[in-house]
Amino acid sequence: MSRKPYVRPVSKTGWYFKHPRYLRYMSREVTCIFIGAFALLMVCTLERLSKGQAAFDSFMAALTGPWSALGLLVILAFAVHNATSWFNVTPKALPVQMGEEFLAGKYIIGAHYAVWLVTTVSVLLFAGVF
Amino acid sequence: MKERLVQLEVMRYDPEGDTEPHFQRYEVMCKDEWVVLDALNAIKESLDPTLAYRWSCHMAVCGSCGMMINGEPKLSCHAFLRDYPGVIRVEPLANFPIERDLVTVADDFIDKLKRVKPYLIPKEKKTLAEGEYKQTPAQLMKYRQFSMCINCMLCYAACPEYALQPKFLGPAAITLAHRYNQDSRDGGRDERQEVIATNEGVWECSFVGACSEVCPKAVDPAGALQQVKVASTLDWFKEHLLPGGSPK
Repeated sequence: MSRKPYVRPVSKTGWYFKHPRYLRYMSREVTCIFIGAFALLMVCTLERLSKGQAAFDSFMAALTGPWSALGLLVILAFAVHNATSWFNVTPKALPVQMGEEFLAGKYIIGAHYAVWLVTTVSVLLFAGVF
Repeated sequence: MKERLVQLEVMRYDPEGDTEPHFQRYEVMCKDEWVVLDALNAIKESLDPTLAYRWSCHMAVCGSCGMMINGEPKLSCHAFLRDYPGVIRVEPLANFPIERDLVTVADDFIDKLKRVKPYLIPKEKKTLAEGEYKQTPAQLMKYRQFSMCINCMLCYAACPEYALQPKFLGPAAITLAHRYNQDSRDGGRDERQEVIATNEGVWECSFVGACSEVCPKAVDPAGALQQVKVASTLDWFKEHLLPGGSPK
């Protein structure tokens, strides 16, 4: 008897629509584009700053319109989604063994949120927001 | 004992006559406590003796009866019919070639499993007279979870990376390599790292996490793979940045 295994075709582009868990993964991966966009914006801001006070002020003024605010809010929302989805999987990559037991994942995740909060508040304090 | 008529749509493929698989519908009286494997056995015994599928232990230990049940990789001996109210669609495990009906070709997985040397390579050879290789409970706990793998291949069926890049070593093989790398009695880490800390190995994984969601033994292959990435990265830093550094 001859063998004739059948190989099922795999969609290279639409596979992530096959299950909600794949869409969840793609939402984490795709949202990094918005973080990249914000990093680019920061680079542009630094470039303007290097050109002097007037160039920086006019660039910042251009970012105060409603569309810019909306864009920044969208970036913030996606950045939060990206960061939290990574925080929530950190116990898998960084298990902490204490004797025969492992530290519960919620403490490892919580530590990431705590560092995030402290860093954010520190930056806002340094920037004179409070 | 409650019984109900269950409809199953089973993927059929006869390599001697078919050019591609097709679905065949069966109706079979099933008891409330039956699993999908029981329904398949009932079909084979009373309706269609030509139906081909693998199974052995019927208790989620042997890892033979993995199938796609309503699109989800499951052990058919662990999938209770009462959890599936409508027509149940049964297909061979995704991402593997179909040999016949629900039987897949597992050669690729077996080959990858061999390559990672999933066995203890003693750090120091001992004679029988020198006694056993001892280990503390804490040392055991470091790898115990990963030793629960039953090679059922459900993680490969769930992994989109494996579907798109068949050269990927895959979740179970790398997890088993990690299991032995974590074992305090083992000395084979360098040999395994040559296989798993590669582009075809752990760096092909993009951490979808589906492998851990479908694992019937809660092994958490996704966790194992991320831990291998962390360890491999530390190896690289030790080798390239430390004076006289070596990953060993």
